[in-house]
Amino acid sequence: MPQEYRLILKHADQPGYTPDIACYLRHGGYEALKKAVATPGRELPDGKKQSPREVIRDEVLKSGLRGRGGAGFSAGLKWSFVDRRGGKPIYLVCNADESEPGTFKDRQILHKDPHQLLEGMIISCWANDVKLAYIYIRGEMPRGARLLNQALDEARAQGFLGKNILGSGHDLEIHVHRGAGAYICGEETGLIESLEGKRPYPRIKPPYFPAVLGLYMAPTIVNNVETLCHVRHVVQLGGAEYAKLGTPNNTGTRIVSLSGDVRNPGYFEVEVGKVTLGQLILDANFGGGVRPGRSLKAIIPGGSSSKVLKAGEKFKLRRKGADGQMTQVEVDLLDLPYDFDSLQQAGTMSGSGAVIVMDDSRSMVDAIANLSEFYAHESCGQCTPCREGALWMSKALHRMTSGGGRPEDADYLRDIAQNIQGRTICAFGEAAAWPVLSFVSKFREEFAERGKADEAARAQGLSRSGTHH
Amino acid sequence: MAFSVPAGLEAELEALVARYPQKRSASLMFLHALQEHFGFVSNEAVEWTAARLGLQPINVLELVTFYPMFRQEKLGRTQVKVCRTLSCALAGASELRAQFCTRLGLDAGRHGPQTTPDGKFTVEFVECLADCGNAPVVMVNDDLIGKCSGADCDRVIAKGQ
Repeated sequence: MPQEYRLILKHADQPGYTPDIACYLRHGGYEALKKAVATPGRELPDGKKQSPREVIRDEVLKSGLRGRGGAGFSAGLKWSFVDRRGGKPIYLVCNADESEPGTFKDRQILHKDPHQLLEGMIISCWANDVKLAYIYIRGEMPRGARLLNQALDEARAQGFLGKNILGSGHDLEIHVHRGAGAYICGEETGLIESLEGKRPYPRIKPPYFPAVLGLYMAPTIVNNVETLCHVRHVVQLGGAEYAKLGTPNNTGTRIVSLSGDVRNPGYFEVEVGKVTLGQLILDANFGGGVRPGRSLKAIIPGGSSSKVLKAGEKFKLRRKGADGQMTQVEVDLLDLPYDFDSLQQAGTMSGSGAVIVMDDSRSMVDAIANLSEFYAHESCGQCTPCREGALWMSKALHRMTSGGGRPEDADYLRDIAQNIQGRTICAFGEAAAWPVLSFVSKFREEFAERGKADEAARAQGLSRSGTHH
Repeated sequence: MAFSVPAGLEAELEALVARYPQKRSASLMFLHALQEHFGFVSNEAVEWTAARLGLQPINVLELVTFYPMFRQEKLGRTQVKVCRTLSCALAGASELRAQFCTRLGLDAGRHGPQTTPDGKFTVEFVECLADCGNAPVVMVNDDLIGKCSGADCDRVIAKGQ
């Protein structure tokens, strides 16, 4: 039976483990930072020389670390895009605006082990020549913000922050910046606008790639909390050794947030790809299965923006055989390895690592109505298709959940969603459209039945309230 | 009552400005601090912030109207934010909010924040609070209550009376 593999959360839940620096230092804290700043430069076999900072960046690239915030993009590659020649200061921002519905992993790190984040951040800043960095934390985490401020003070007092960190000649300041309840601030360019003191309207790319034109129009790295923590472990283990964790192209561990209709919801850190979706939901040491007498109906595998998966679905995955040839294998939903690539091949994504489970007692119309209301509320309003479309879908779904369903509602919703995706400045458009598209295509009959039943009830004059839309 | 920011708070805010290469960046932190002190963000607070940061008042007002956490009127002393997003909804968030409303004499059928006439409580639905494993989740002022039960609801109300 697969087990948790705790790398990031190794100490967080141990009895007596506290978020202060003394405790962190007792557990080997800041050793990776010391190792990083003492890293010598090296000469590669091809004669190319790497500076100490380049060595660390190269290790992160070699580790295969992929962003844990949602997109799953290579962290090392993201760093490699940074404009280091333009002469502008380089900024780093930690995205601690954890808001993707279903996700509660960064919360654990921020509240239980803030110094681990700081260490990962300081190493990342050092490696990228960053002298000023921010932690953008959700407004709804005031305790987290206080803990981080305390942790920053402690780190400053120990010489891990401020002037000439550990005698390395590098100066660094990190500040906490609080958001104020807007989901769109999790989008990196929206976050940057917010950090500049503006409404968080995402910027259009090109030209505003943060690596070139980010905060204050300077090169900026935006990394998720968990991603930055991993950097610490990459440095401690070495990139190649870290890459042995997890599976090829899906390296390391990640914290899965499991919620909804399981007996044992919670967060579980696992090696990426070593545990299947079914094991996460059903195994006694993870979700423990659905409630007694219930059966699995649907899984939202990577936060509310990911496409829903239906119980019983089968997927064709490309696998590399022992002979190196790519073959196609059919895999049941529950046998999908929980990793970036498998879920992508299954037509969805592992996103922020948030799995929401729904059993057979749940109405899929109600479920997507709930999520659509979220997206309608959180659309920043900058792009018309998203501002109008997200609200339109939510209103239509409100009508459907209030007795005003129509047999053709699935197609109606699909049309609206298709007119949002691909037509917006940021990925929020897809985030609002994809759940709707997947719910109405996979649970089409449920929408049709609801519509027919409502129509019949109306014909008999038995309409429930709320048919006025 | 004339709008006045205590000297201690003003000094704190001045120190915040120094954290950013551009003053404007401090606006969210200003608004948080002023809301914490006054209970809401008044027009005077908007103008005061704008003047301190070298902005037009509209640059600050547009933040207050955009970001859900900022309020333009005084809310209850105990603010109850019930998460309404999917995992909490599956765990009974609607019933929980209705229970808070009913117990406090508020209209469970109405949308948006509602404050009791005595100014003691505000109850509202909010979006995902990022603690879905403990659904249903309620935030009471700065504290999070996971697996919030009817008994927790009673406790929150008793404490806030």
